[in-house]
Amino acid sequence: MSVAILHQGDYLIASIQSDLTDSQVLRLRDELAERVGRHRARGIIIDVGAMDVVDSFVARSLRSIAVTAKLRGADTVVVGIQPDVAIAMVQFELNLDPLRAALDIDEALAELNQLATRSSGDER
Amino acid sequence: MNDEIHVRIASDEDLVPARAEARALADRLGFSRTDATLIATAISEIARNIVVHVGEGDIVMRPVYNDHRYGLVVVASDAGVGIRDLDNALSNGYASRGGLGLGLPGARRLMDEFEIETERDKGTTITMTKWRFRDELERLRERRRQG
Repeated sequence: MSVAILHQGDYLIASIQSDLTDSQVLRLRDELAERVGRHRARGIIIDVGAMDVVDSFVARSLRSIAVTAKLRGADTVVVGIQPDVAIAMVQFELNLDPLRAALDIDEALAELNQLATRSSGDER
Repeated sequence: MNDEIHVRIASDEDLVPARAEARALADRLGFSRTDATLIATAISEIARNIVVHVGEGDIVMRPVYNDHRYGLVVVASDAGVGIRDLDNALSNGYASRGGLGLGLPGARRLMDEFEIETERDKGTTITMTKWRFRDELERLRERRRQG
């Protein structure tokens, strides 16, 4: 599969290496949902920097990964959206909530750490 | 310029080469990176529509030159049952069979011109065009000089 999934601490980092078929996108969704449980991950980072096109199907699938992960206790951050891809995505007027976006992996890690601190604060 | 590209669409796997061919042709024709992405995204949407609703069809892309401007024309055709309610199909959120209802209206917004011909039990043909932005600017400038 043209996606590498790394497990690092509390987080899963899925790095998409090339354009994906719709079936590969769905497989990624299922794989991440399963791994969130297996690794007890608190966050998922999906790097889409290698994707030249994010159409409505891919955008909706990313959102559905975020919704699924949220139900399993993990937040999802997408990184590496190219500027031209962002311009195209806007045309679909999609609601991507609760999907978050960050410029790069460092920023995404910072955001996930912050979310983790906030939610552990809530529990006290 | 004989630069016509034909991509047969019969499964979701065919969307990958369709997007790549669209981008490559747009690059060759001097479109900006952003416009190449918009064209490739629009093609991805209509190609998926073919796969989901009909199963198979064809996409032809070719350069077009008229009125002193360059463009890229995409013709997507299938021999399916046709689109019953065209107005609805072109409005956001209308999803028949498991789609999200963003495909056609999204593709229309991504391109400059968009036309659908559909006939019941005969099929559907979508013709859409993107014009090269810098030609549009030159045309506007030309018009201002004249006017």
